[in-house]
Amino acid sequence: MDTPSGKLVRSHCVGTTAVVYASDYLNKLTGEKIEHECRRQLNCGCRALVIDFSDTKLVNSIGVSILLGIIDIAEKCGARIAFSEVNNETVQLFEMLGLTRHVVLAKDEREALINLSHYETTTPVVH
Amino acid sequence: MEPSTQKLIHTFGALADLGQEIAGTGDFNEMVRTSMHMLLGTLALRRGAVVECTPGGPLKCAALWGLSDHMFDGFEIDDIEKQSFLQGETSELLVKNTAVPNSFMGRHRDKLAAEGIELVLPMIVRGEVTGLVLLGGKASGEEFSSDDFETIRAMVRHIGVGIHTHRLLEQLAQRAEENRRLYDELRAIYRDTVRAFAAAIDIKDKYTQGHSERVGKYSEIIAREMGWCEEEVEGIQIAGYLHDIGKLIVDRDIINAPYNIDAKNSSELNRHPAAGYEILAPINHPYADIPLMAKYHHERLDGRGYPDGLTDEQIPLGAKIVSLADSFDAMTTDRPYRRRRSFEDVVRDLRENSGKQFDGKVVTAFARALMKEVKGEAKERRITKMLGKGYLEGEQIPTLLNDLISDLEDVSRKGAKAQSNS
Repeated sequence: MDTPSGKLVRSHCVGTTAVVYASDYLNKLTGEKIEHECRRQLNCGCRALVIDFSDTKLVNSIGVSILLGIIDIAEKCGARIAFSEVNNETVQLFEMLGLTRHVVLAKDEREALINLSHYETTTPVVH
Repeated sequence: MEPSTQKLIHTFGALADLGQEIAGTGDFNEMVRTSMHMLLGTLALRRGAVVECTPGGPLKCAALWGLSDHMFDGFEIDDIEKQSFLQGETSELLVKNTAVPNSFMGRHRDKLAAEGIELVLPMIVRGEVTGLVLLGGKASGEEFSSDDFETIRAMVRHIGVGIHTHRLLEQLAQRAEENRRLYDELRAIYRDTVRAFAAAIDIKDKYTQGHSERVGKYSEIIAREMGWCEEEVEGIQIAGYLHDIGKLIVDRDIINAPYNIDAKNSSELNRHPAAGYEILAPINHPYADIPLMAKYHHERLDGRGYPDGLTDEQIPLGAKIVSLADSFDAMTTDRPYRRRRSFEDVVRDLRENSGKQFDGKVVTAFARALMKEVKGEAKERRITKMLGKGYLEGEQIPTLLNDLISDLEDVSRKGAKAQSNS
């Protein structure tokens, strides 16, 4: 999928979990592309999302709003979300704003996938 | 980094981004939507809407997030309800707080609460409620803090001013468009009036009916060929229509005399350019120099013209164009005392009188316009149409025009060389 800067929003699936990679600066332009990709994966049947922030240095206010939108969409679909490889400053921001109440934070993609698969087998999603 | 510092940086960043968004000239709906996202993202709110007040009361949704698409269908705010926002002790109202009297909240509280809206703020610009911002669902699950209220108030003020400014600009653009349309209509009325005048002038002279209209059109064609801008072309067309308006004061018998008139009557007839100036000068024309073009359309480059005996540089270019158009029409139409002249004869006259009566550059431009029609290069054959069928036909016509153009260009080159040598 093309971003406005010409780069791709990378994503791949592991079972029913989609891993979507955020870009270096999560703002309006890149955020909307990620949101679109997450929607697409959910519509294709994915039941869990990992958003990987390994390349992300900064998330601005629109980025936060868009992430909340993704959380909403995922919740409506009965899907779980994990954020992986979030840098310390962004973790602080997400904690302070309360985003971490709605997502699993994982050290890396592997841990996120394990957490989500564990959740899928032990915790039923309640709507 | 301390969480409070982190929050401050995040909020400042959002305010800076919001200022930039509002000051931008992009799409209005996108501006409102982005601004709302900035507000929601600053405090991590999951639901929000920006609604605008419209004349008559219905609220128009400008941006919506995390709420039912049609939640504002049927929502209205009347003047009394707007007043209750203006008179409130605080600018924001908590939906759950039933103790604060507000008629709008009284009417819509249940629906707002059902959608998860917790906070309603009016956008007040210049003492007027221009819309509302509705928010809810802090991701942290916490209540709104006093710091949150400060941030929200500041951002809502920004958004309100942004919407107000965009609406003002829209109104300005609308008014400018309306003015442009009115101006165009006025110009059309002016042109129609002038053409009616031209017809009235020509009716007085039974042998030259349609003369003023044709002079207007020839003048327009020459000016366009000379590269004049559209406004100037329109102006000279008007000057052509009105160049003989002074004839209205000349005795009809002199104008319609079926023979060459005597010196006394000729002098009477020669008053018409100056009389035309007197008639046209007090009128505020939308184009420049129309009275002067009428006044000087019988001046000659050699100073033997009238009314003032001006010479080359003293004669406005517009008057030179009208003068050629006038003479060309006179030569190519029947008069009471003679038949119209052949095209060959007319070209000879133009060549001989270039530099004496006519400006060579003006004649060259007219000859070029004629050539384009003869060669079929012109979009319309307007001159051909005015001259009538057959007049511009014949194998010799292109050669005549070609020779005229090259002779005049040669004279012009020599003149320029002589001038640079001196």
